[in-house]
Parts: sequence; C-alpha cells; structure tokens
Amino acid sequence: MKTRPAARAGRGALSLLPWLVAGACAPPGPVPHLAEPWPERLGDWRIFRDGSLEPSPGVLVYELNTALFSDYAAKLRTVWMPEGVSAAWRDEGPLAFPAGTVLSKTFWYPVEGDGSVRIDAASGGLGRRRVETRLLVRGRDGWVALPYLWNAEQSEAFLRPAGGLEMLRWSDGAGGRGELAYLVPNRDQCRSCHDAAGEPGSLRPIGTTAANLNRDVGAAPQLAAWRRRGFLEDGPDPADAPRLPVWDDPATGSTADRARAYLEVQCAHCHGPARPADASGLLLGFDESRPRALGICKPPVAAGRGSGGRLHDVVPGRPEESILYFRMQSREPDVMMPELGRDLRHEEGLALIRRWIDELEGDGCEAAGGGSRARAVARLSDG
Amino acid sequence: MRHGGSRRLVASLAAAAALAACGGAPPPPAPGADEFYRRLQEELLAAEPGAVVEVPEGRHSLSRTLTLSGRPGITLRGAGMDRTILDFSSQRVGAEGVRVSSSDDFTIEGLTIQDTRGDALRVEKSSRIAIRDVKTWWSRGPHEQNGAYGIYPVQCRDVLVDGAVASGASDAGLYVGQSTRVVIRDSRAEGNVAGIEIENTSFADVHDNVATGNTGGILVFDLPDLPVQGGRSVRIFDNQVIANDEPNFAPAGNFVAKVPTGTGIMVMANDDVEIFGNTIRDNGTAGIAIVSYYVTEEEIRDEHYDPFPERVFVHDNDISGGGGAPAGGSAFQSKKLVLALRFALGTPLPDILWDGIAPPDREPRLCLRDNGAARFANADAANDFASVSWDAGPFDCTLSRLEAVVLETAGEAPGPEPAT
Repeated sequence: MKTRPAARAGRGALSLLPWLVAGACAPPGPVPHLAEPWPERLGDWRIFRDGSLEPSPGVLVYELNTALFSDYAAKLRTVWMPEGVSAAWRDEGPLAFPAGTVLSKTFWYPVEGDGSVRIDAASGGLGRRRVETRLLVRGRDGWVALPYLWNAEQSEAFLRPAGGLEMLRWSDGAGGRGELAYLVPNRDQCRSCHDAAGEPGSLRPIGTTAANLNRDVGAAPQLAAWRRRGFLEDGPDPADAPRLPVWDDPATGSTADRARAYLEVQCAHCHGPARPADASGLLLGFDESRPRALGICKPPVAAGRGSGGRLHDVVPGRPEESILYFRMQSREPDVMMPELGRDLRHEEGLALIRRWIDELEGDGCEAAGGGSRARAVARLSDG
Repeated sequence: MRHGGSRRLVASLAAAAALAACGGAPPPPAPGADEFYRRLQEELLAAEPGAVVEVPEGRHSLSRTLTLSGRPGITLRGAGMDRTILDFSSQRVGAEGVRVSSSDDFTIEGLTIQDTRGDALRVEKSSRIAIRDVKTWWSRGPHEQNGAYGIYPVQCRDVLVDGAVASGASDAGLYVGQSTRVVIRDSRAEGNVAGIEIENTSFADVHDNVATGNTGGILVFDLPDLPVQGGRSVRIFDNQVIANDEPNFAPAGNFVAKVPTGTGIMVMANDDVEIFGNTIRDNGTAGIAIVSYYVTEEEIRDEHYDPFPERVFVHDNDISGGGGAPAGGSAFQSKKLVLALRFALGTPLPDILWDGIAPPDREPRLCLRDNGAARFANADAANDFASVSWDAGPFDCTLSRLEAVVLETAGEAPGPEPAT
C-alpha cells in the first residue's frame, strides 16, 4: 500500500477517523466499516444512492476484460477507497488494496412483466431484478466477504451470511424458457474461491488484476481513471502493461488467447499453483505454458464420476473426449466445473473452449496403459 | 439449532419431503427448506471455538451444502443417528452434503446424512476429528449415480470414526485418505463398492467393524499421483468381513471400478500391514488379496511411487466359504484379471491370494501364520500366471507386531491392545 504525500499524516486505517467521527454530517459517500458488526443493510454502506444502483460520489464503476460466468447475470462492479490511500500495482495477482477498500459486485437480470429473467442481455423497456450484492471489504483484519440479498420489493439488500438459493424462471427472448437455481454463496463458499494461499483464514480479491482491469472505457484507459481518482498509485503506462484478452472479442486475441483468458477467469482461482485444486495437477492460469499442466493428454488424478469415463483432461482435436469440456458442459452438482456459482451451461463460452481444443495441434492422445505387468516390472528394475 | 420454535418448521419440511419423494427428477426445494438451511448454516458460520451446534430431531430437507471452513473446535450434534436426518434428496446445488475444511477439533455425532448428490460428509485438511454415531446412505440402494463417498476425511490427522454406518456409496462408504493416525471402529459398511477404504494413509487401526454386502469389504491402498503417498502401518483386526458380493457399481473411470466383486480384504501397494483376528466368510473372489499396483495395468508415471506391498503379516484369521464365485469389477482390466485367475487357479480361488509381483531387488516379506485351514496361492501374475503355486510354506514366518494407534484426541482412550 502506498500513501500519497498529502495524506502522509493519516496512513491506512487512521485516515478513516474523520469519517467515523463525522457521523451524520458525513458527506453523501460510502461509510467505511473495518470490523464486526457488519451492517445488516447494504444501504448503510452508502455505496449507492438510496435503494438505487447509482453510485454515490467517490464510488467508481469498473469493468473487466473477461469475467466469471454466473448464470448469465449482469454484473455492476464498483470500487471505493478511503481518502488518502490507494492501491499499489502488481504485475501478477490482484492489485494490493489498502485497508478500508470496498469492492462491490451486484448481480442483476433484465426482467419481463411475468417476472422471468432474461439471459440474453436484453435491454429496452425491461425492468431490473437485482438478486444479490457481494462486498469484499478490506477490514482491519484483512479481507471479508459479505453477501447481501435484495428483497422482493427491490428496495434494500440484507446481509445473509448463509447466502441464499433463488429459483428463477428464465427466458432468452427467442422462445427458450426454463428454471434455474441461482446460488448466492455462503461466506464459507466465498472463501472456497477467494482463499488467500498461505495465510490461513484470509481472503483475497480475484478479478481485480492489472491485466484484467487494463481496458478502455469510452476512449480512455480504465487504469488512467483509477489513477485520476487516486485509487491506483503506481505502475506502468496502460499501453505498456499486460492486458487480458476479452473472451468474446476476436479483436483482442486469437482463439487460443481468448480461450486461455476465459479459463484463467473461470478456473485459475482454484486450478493454479498453491491454489485449492493444485493437487489435480491441472493448472489453468493464463501464463501457464506447460502442455501437461494445461491438461493436454494428462490423465485425471481423482476425478471420479467427473471423468465421465474419459481418459484425459484435454485431448487435442477432440473436445468430446476431453474431461475439461465434459465437466464445463455438465449441470450435475458433483460433476460440473466450476463447482459453484452456475446452474446453466455457458453455451458461448463452451463454443470457445470447443474451438480451442479443436484447433490444438495434434489429434488424440497416446493410449494410456502400461503393457504387460512383466514388462512394467522389468522397466522398473532397469530404472 | 439450539433455538426452540423450529418444530413447526420441521413438520412442514417433513411433509414437503414426503411429497417430493414421489417425483423423478430432483424437485425444486420445498418452501422453507432454504430457511432451515439458512438458520443452521448461520449458526455454523457464527460458531466460536467450543460451540455445540445442535440439530433437532426430525427429518430436515436441505437444498444446499452445509459448510464449516477455518473455524476450529466446533461440534455438530444431532439427537441420534436415527432421530436427526439431514435429507439432501432435493439438493439442487453443491456436490457434498456436509463439507468441513481446515477446521481442527471438529466433532460430528448423532445424525444421518442421506441422498446427497455427491459425497455425504467430506472433512479435509483438519486435525483431531471425531465422527461418532453418524450414518451416511443413499436410500435407493447401490446405484452408479449415488455419491462417491459416504464418510470421507481426506488430508487429516487424528481421525476417529466410531459407531458409524455407511451404505450405498458408489466409491467407498467409510473412507480415509492421505491422512495420519486413524481409528475406524465399531462401524458398519454395507452395500458400497468399497466398504471401508484406507488410502495413502499412515498409522490406521480398523477394528471391530462389520463389512458386508459391499463389492469389496476392506481395502488398504496406496496409489500414485496423489499429494500424500507412502501409506503404511495399518492394522485390520477383529472385523467381520462377510459376503461382500455386491456387483461392482462404480462408474467407469473410478479407481474402485477395478475391485473384483467378492473381495473380502485387499491390500494394494501398501507397506507394513497387519491383518489378524478377522472373521472372513463367503467372499466370492478372495478372502484376502495382496496385490501390487501393477495388477491394474495402469501406467506409472510417478517416479516416487512404490507399487509393491511389503511386510504384510496375516495371522489368526478365520477364513471360510469364499472363492467359489469369482467375478471381476466393472472395469475391463478387472474382468480380464479375474478370468485369468480362474483359468490359472481354478475355482474356488484361494482364501489368501498374492499376485506374486515382487520388488526386483528385495524380498516382499509376506508372512502367513495360524489362519486355520485357509488356502493360499501365489498367482505369479508377473509372468502371466505361468507358474502358480499353492505352497504357503515359503511364507510361514512372522513379522514384528505393529503398535496400536494412539490418537491425539482430547478424552479419547487409545484402541484396545491386539489379542496375542
């Protein structure tokens, strides 16, 4: 964390004091909370103007190049930091945010008159159904994840540590209809993705990496807007900084690059070095270059039913034989990947992964299996 | 949930669950089901070390996974195995029923977890775990679509499973993997693919259990490509291992799909195993099978892996009535292997079977003593069953007894001393 010269006297949490004592006279911006008890009502954070999704003064809306798929929900992301502190640049992983930072993500759908939600990013004449707002708050003792569920009246969201399960009827605007079980993760489940490796019990943000934030909003680089607002202290010119491809924009990268960006965002928070699923040997970060780590002709370790009887994670040229593709298209809780946070298939994302596997060099994998036992024993004794 | 006033909620949930049970596909969660979940989960989320979270008597329908992560010293307690039922038959999201991670000194007791989509009770990366008077099962009986594991501690230390019941798991009913210091006692495993399985685990005592009607009764495996390897020092004693003859229903691709139907006790690639005082009866393929990982015909890519079972001491067991109905598992290699055994050895197959695949540079030190009239054979699988031998003479020896496992668990007495 770096401190701007003007605020040197009030480093970190101390700089929040004026806000805390100001109480009712505080300006109409967010109210920081650094420890329990966390506000029961989202409104008490004052991230948005009363009951709306219009950001309060000082709150910045941001976007990512490639985002996690969450049952076709639209997402509104905001960032806010206390006066006088800012995030520090990191080439890899999330930016280093200061104490008091509030990241919010509101999941919402366009909604039709009969209450069914639209999954085709429809606009025009439709209302909005807000389902949940998740906060990641950098409190006194590190990051805290707080799930808020919106009420039926859509007037307020309430803290629900146990998350929620919303049965939603969906429509795609082209005659397709169905039902989806929308999961709001409980706080333990927040941890299952946001777990900070190596520090027991601590969390970290995932999406707010420099590369994923490095995009143009309007005509200007988003990172420049963060700097202007005082949210980002240092780092290279956005033009010289890494930029994660936009998974569905061919202008931003090849099929392979975009597929790898997609896998990075959907998978690498678990399938990365020293992350919860590293024991699988399948590591899907954007910078991973070892074919085996990417699952290419790699047999599964303990996939169980998740293998679907397939022999390798990724079989070049053969998406249907690839466990990775099989699990990404599954809707069964004990088979599907990611494990949490989706009920529907992401058809467009799957099409990209399919194309990537189709275009991988090679055709199939050598059959597994070690020949006869006697030969295997002989091989071992030779070694 | 300690607070009163949940009785009406419970009654309405039970009625909803009864209605829901008639449908085919998982029905949407009953109104209020998520309310019960929410209250129980919120209590678990707020629990401080030493807290006892009580679940009242009754059948409670849950639509999501209960979780406990990074909070030590918590007890989750029902009113008794047959009185408090956590019913996941309408589960819509999450693979497990109850998932506990990085939470030391965890105790779960007095409840049933049933019909989960995936594993029933998974406990990972936690120390000093007690699982008492807990039942996990799938009410439709053995089925490929059942969850993989019933009671499933993995990467844990000091695990006690006492008075548990596990049934219907499509992998293993009572399973402990990649763990250190484990006691499984006075429990029952019935109608699973693997009844009780100790995998890549060191210092385990499995005693006074009943394993019956599974594909394989008790398995002691050490497998490659897992973060924790070198399973050793496992004692299997005073168990009843009876008529494990359920046709293997593991999904294709699962490792236990290779376990032949009718296996009593199987040791694969594990070192320092002592099997004694067990009653092993009517297991159609073999009472006790001691095999190398090579029988699976899987390629070994893991340089650090030792595929041979060594220092296995089998003594004072009562083995009878088995070997008369050899049958393969659901995996092709397993069917092929059992056919080859039938051809090479004839039926009934021996009570104690060794695949004969030994390390190239040392003696496997397999010892058999005082197993009554049990018949033994060396299948010589390394040479495609060329010179099988029924002579137990070369294996009439003893090995030093393994020590009893002493758990680091507050207030727990160590297991009984082995009978001599």
